[in-house]
Amino acid sequence: MTFTKNKSTSDPRLRGELAKKGVVWTSLDFLYNWGRRSSIWPMQFGLACCAFEMIAAACARYDIARFGAELFRASPRQADLMIISGTVTKKMAPQVVRLYNQMPEPKYVLTMGACAISGGPFIDGYNVLRGIDRYIPVDVHIPGCPPRPEALLHGLMELQKKIAAQEILKAEWYQKGLKREFPIPEYGPNGLIPKFNPEVWRPPQKDARRIHYGQTILVGKKLKAPDLELALAPKPAAPGAVA
Amino acid sequence: MDIPVSEVKKELEARLPDVKLRAVGNSLLVENPDDLPRVALFLKENPKFLLDYLSSVTGADYLSYLESVYHLYSMAKKHGPVALRVRVPKNKARIPSLVTVYRSAELQEREAYDTFGIIYEEHPDLRRLFMWEDFEGHPLRKDYAQEDSETLEAADIAWLEARGVEVPPEMKEKAKALEAAGQRAVAQKPEKPRN
Repeated sequence: MTFTKNKSTSDPRLRGELAKKGVVWTSLDFLYNWGRRSSIWPMQFGLACCAFEMIAAACARYDIARFGAELFRASPRQADLMIISGTVTKKMAPQVVRLYNQMPEPKYVLTMGACAISGGPFIDGYNVLRGIDRYIPVDVHIPGCPPRPEALLHGLMELQKKIAAQEILKAEWYQKGLKREFPIPEYGPNGLIPKFNPEVWRPPQKDARRIHYGQTILVGKKLKAPDLELALAPKPAAPGAVA
Repeated sequence: MDIPVSEVKKELEARLPDVKLRAVGNSLLVENPDDLPRVALFLKENPKFLLDYLSSVTGADYLSYLESVYHLYSMAKKHGPVALRVRVPKNKARIPSLVTVYRSAELQEREAYDTFGIIYEEHPDLRRLFMWEDFEGHPLRKDYAQEDSETLEAADIAWLEARGVEVPPEMKEKAKALEAAGQRAVAQKPEKPRN
C-alpha cells in the first residue's frame, strides 16, 4: 500500500525534549487523526463465513477493542468502517451499496476474504458478484479464505496507517463537489444492471486467469451426461469372494 | 437403517399394479410422473414403511431429460432413505406436486423450479426462491447462457448514463456492436474443463 507521510515541520527530537518537561507540542493533523484512527467504529453486519472470523476478532481472545474498533454499530449512520465479510451475492449487492451510501463521511471499506475481493471460489457462479469493488471504492483488501482474526487486525492496522497519513486541509470529504454516493445497481434479466460502475472499477487489460490457466472459465461445456443405469448398476462380485 | 429397494418395489407392485416402476441402482424410478403422488402417499401411509418425512427434492439435468429425485425417511420407524426418481423431457417438464402429500415439499419444489425450470403442477405458490422475479432462464440447466460480467451491454450503458456516470468510449462501441448483432454478452465456456 502506498500513502504519503504526514509531514510535520516540528523537530521530533525537540518534541521529545519538551515532552520530558511536561509540554506537549503536536500538530492538529496528528491529534485529529489519532482520535479518528483510535476509534474506528465498524458496521455490524456479516455476509457469510468470514463474519465468524470477524466475530472471533471481536471476542476476548483476539480482542479488536485493543485497536479501539470494538463498537460494532447496528446503524450505518453511526459507522466509520464497513467490513465486507463474505460472499456478496448479486441479490445482496444493491443492499450493500445502499448501506455504503448511508454512511457518513469519512467512511472506509475493508473487504475480508477472497469472495468479497473477487468472487473467490464462486467466481464462475451465476449468482455471485465478482468483488464489491465493482460498485464501491475499497480501502483495504484482506486475502484469505477466510482470513484469520490476526489478518483482520493487520488489515485494521493498515487502515489506521492510511488514516494517520491523511491531512485535514486536503481531506477529500471536506472538499467541495465530492461525489461519494454511488448508484445502486438493479436486478436485471440476466444479472445486475450495470455489471460494474466504470467510475470505480474497470475490467483488467490482461486476463490473469487466461494467462495462468489458458482459459477464463474453468468449468467446461457439458456435452455428455453420465448413464445412470450403468453408473448405478450393482457390481458383479469378484471371483473368489466369500458371500 | 436402509430399506432394500427390491422390497419397496415388490410391495408397490402388489398393491398398485398399474404403476410402472424400475429399479435404478439403489433408487426407484417411477416411469410415469403422474403416478408419483399415489406412490408417495402409499409409502407414507403403508404401516410397513411409514415414510413420513420428505428430506429433499433434487433437480438434475441429464441433457436429454430432467430428473427430480425425492428422498423419503421414516421418523416413526427410524429407517430410510427410499429414493424415488421421476424423469421428464426438457420441453415438457411437468411433474405433479407432492405438497398435498408432504408439506415440506413446498420450498424444495420452488427451488427446483427456480434453478431447473421443472414445473410442479398444483403447487400452491410456485415462485422463484433464490433468484429475483424478473430473472430470465434457469441457471443450473446445462445449456444456461451465463452473462459475461466483464462486458457492458446497451442496457447497462443507458442505465449508467441516466445517472450521470461517464462510460469510456471503447465500452460504448463494444456494446453498440453487440446490440447491432442482436447478441448478449455471454461468458464463453471452453469445450473441455481444465482438468
